[in-house]
Amino acid sequence: MTPAALLVALVALSFVAYLTGRARSLAVVGGSRRIHDLHSLPAHYGMLTALSCALPALAVLGLWLAFQDSIIAGLVAAQLPERLRNLPPELLGLVMNDVRNVVAGSVPAESAEPEIRAAAAEYVRLQGIGRAMLTAIVLAVGIAGLLVARSRISPQLRARNAVERIVQGLLIACSLVAVLTTIGIILSVLFEAMRFFARVPWYEFLFGLTWSPQTAIRADQVGASGAFGAVPLFVGTGLIAAIAMLVAVPVGLFSAIYLAEYAHPRFRAWAKPVLEVLAGVPTVVYGFFAAITVGPFLRTWGEAIGLDVSSESALAAGLVMGVMIIPFVSSLADDMITAVPQSLRDGAYALGATKSEAIRQVVLPAALPGIVGGTLLAISRAIGETMIVVMAAGLAANLTLNPFEAVTTVTVQIVTLLVGDQEFDSPKTLAAFALGLVLFVTTLALNVLALHIVRKYREQYE
Amino acid sequence: MSEEGKPVRRPRTPRETQELVERSLRRRYGAERRFRAYGLCAVILGIAFVAFLFATILAQGVSVFRQAYVQLDVFYDPEVIDPSGTRREDDLRLADYEALVRTALRAEFPGIEGRRDVRQLTRLVSSGAAHELQRRVLANPGLVGQRERVWLLASADVDLLLKGEIARDEIGEEGRLSEEQLAWIDTLRERGRLELRFNRTFFVNGDSREPEQAGVRGAVMGSFFTLLLTLILSFPIGVAAAVYLEEFAPRNRWTDLIEVNINNLAAVPSIVFGLLGLAVFIGFFGLPRSAPLVGALVLTLLTLPTIIIAARAALKAVPPSIRDAALAMGASPIQTVVHHVLPLAMPGILTGTIIGMARALGETAPLLMIGMVAFIVDVPSGFTDPATALPVQIFLWSDSPERGFVERTSGAIIVLLAFLIVMNTAAVLLRRRFERRW
Repeated sequence: MTPAALLVALVALSFVAYLTGRARSLAVVGGSRRIHDLHSLPAHYGMLTALSCALPALAVLGLWLAFQDSIIAGLVAAQLPERLRNLPPELLGLVMNDVRNVVAGSVPAESAEPEIRAAAAEYVRLQGIGRAMLTAIVLAVGIAGLLVARSRISPQLRARNAVERIVQGLLIACSLVAVLTTIGIILSVLFEAMRFFARVPWYEFLFGLTWSPQTAIRADQVGASGAFGAVPLFVGTGLIAAIAMLVAVPVGLFSAIYLAEYAHPRFRAWAKPVLEVLAGVPTVVYGFFAAITVGPFLRTWGEAIGLDVSSESALAAGLVMGVMIIPFVSSLADDMITAVPQSLRDGAYALGATKSEAIRQVVLPAALPGIVGGTLLAISRAIGETMIVVMAAGLAANLTLNPFEAVTTVTVQIVTLLVGDQEFDSPKTLAAFALGLVLFVTTLALNVLALHIVRKYREQYE
Repeated sequence: MSEEGKPVRRPRTPRETQELVERSLRRRYGAERRFRAYGLCAVILGIAFVAFLFATILAQGVSVFRQAYVQLDVFYDPEVIDPSGTRREDDLRLADYEALVRTALRAEFPGIEGRRDVRQLTRLVSSGAAHELQRRVLANPGLVGQRERVWLLASADVDLLLKGEIARDEIGEEGRLSEEQLAWIDTLRERGRLELRFNRTFFVNGDSREPEQAGVRGAVMGSFFTLLLTLILSFPIGVAAAVYLEEFAPRNRWTDLIEVNINNLAAVPSIVFGLLGLAVFIGFFGLPRSAPLVGALVLTLLTLPTIIIAARAALKAVPPSIRDAALAMGASPIQTVVHHVLPLAMPGILTGTIIGMARALGETAPLLMIGMVAFIVDVPSGFTDPATALPVQIFLWSDSPERGFVERTSGAIIVLLAFLIVMNTAAVLLRRRFERRW
């Protein structure tokens, strides 16, 4: 059976288990008239039986599927002829890829070498055996669970408590998924980045001024050693983020002030959602807009006044990114401004301040920590934003602060290094993970700092 | 104070004081008005951005719903399609349908001879026209030997010309359409044989290298499978995690850690999730590249924080008196939650889930990492078929040099935005309809 069919069979089996358990519990006490002798409701006995049928079987299924592929690959690799088996690990990986391609049918079997074809046949054979064994084992485990649970049903069995303990365990497991995600991110990025730093020293990566990640296709190629100095990327990222913040902070802050303090409630009721539409537009749409509309517009405008604007300028990407970030700044600033107690404003008015004076000298200073926190969150978003810069900023790693030139960013380089098929352990691919590590650490630090500031500020007035 | 040597200031007369105050008031009121005007400008600027963005996309993309078609009298010549007369499907499939198109075009313009002219003439019709004829014959083999009048796809250049995207005079320079072709186009239009019709191709085809044959169906189905699986995975896990954290978790350092963790994950750049998917799901577990399965796993991790945070807010909004009442009636904590708290919190949870799904639908960067950017013509039909998603399709088309793809890209964006608007409207309506204030 295929894994999907097996899953369906398992669901059906656990439904049978539910019915069996429920019927058994009633039978033990002698029918539904003696139901009061049972500790729990019959449905609880049914659920307990169903759970003890499904959970172990599911665990077996999951583990098996997770490791089946690597085990089969190991077995197949062990049976390869001597000549292939003694290859270095990278080349052996390539051979195994060929085998997998033949198995998947993406490469016609006739075009493959005879050894590969034999290995592929072996692979298919083992897969078949594995599938049959999996079906047998999973169903056996399920039925065994069903029978064991059924045999233990008695009026004294505290079925509800057992079911609830299991359910609570499942709830805990689900809440751990978030933690596992973080651990997974850290481990995967860190692990690959360490392999990168084993080949390129970290100081060269962090402080080097040239970025040209081409690596040699042949060992004797000239000028293709690759340079992995990431400073141009950091500067480019910073430049585009700075332009974005120059747009987003004033516009976002002023519109938050206007909507929170001046606007008629009815105007606010429709203007705020309209502004928030900007946050709901997918970034790929902004990217297209920046590349097709804003970039060429800036270029012709620059030509008209005698400026040499590159068609993939940092300015175009930064401006559009700024527009995207406006709602983040404005909705956070809005929260912070409305959280300032009315008594502070009243005090300022009592001293004769005009509305704008009250806002500038009392409300904004009081809301400042929150606004700073919100701005930090917006910066972290600007740094991690990918599609706008991939589509509208360039690929050339220029070390420049001129907003009219093309620059490249960390995220653009991650995408360019990883899109397309490469082998998994060239410095080129690994460099993307090192950049990912930098990106993750930077944004994480910004987020932690921002959330900390915002929380401290909220406590102040609560 | 001023008696010891410091210059004595004459006390101001009331009139002077009043003037002073009035002057400063004018200044202060001016500042007030300016400040207010800045605020209004900022809001108007923001709204103008929204309007401009949507207007540009609509103006560029709305023409995609119409497409140039040529009407031809096609004779399904048995000599060409099936000279041996077997009517076997394999023979019918391999026949030279382009010859049928060519013959039909030449019948329309009888005077045209010479290889170059004939080639120019056939270039008016898309290479997809032959596929269309093949599809018709395979669906109904009885057509062979018949005559039929069919609307066939015109080529991308003809389409752009009819829509006014390329002007007639720039045509010669770019080497797109020659003088002769222009004349034929005009003749066809006079005869009513060439016109803009509803663009069915865009909605039923997968991707293509030819702009006029490219459609969004493959990308929409890819997005559908990805989102379906994302929903199946992230909704139960997210709700379960929220229930545990909100209803059962003791307040200690461990649950604090989980909470901080979820808040931080919500702000991690999406591309980092793509790196995770590449390293763990593809690199470690060996799942197939470009598959909706892997896309869904990554998007699940990406949307979980959103759903958990929304679900916790919804659970928190249910008043404690409900729980107390249920517990007082002898319900166990789990029964309290499952029978009473969750149903009351469900509208809020569903709203949060829809918003999370809308975010997942627009997400592009992580899908690039796990290889959902391949050029895939076939419409996917399962979770492990190679596929792209709608936003990735937009990215791919926006990269294509052919001019016809600008319009396709905007059209795909309109489709994407339409889905997003529907989802967000559903979320708003759900909240309006079912939200309870306690």
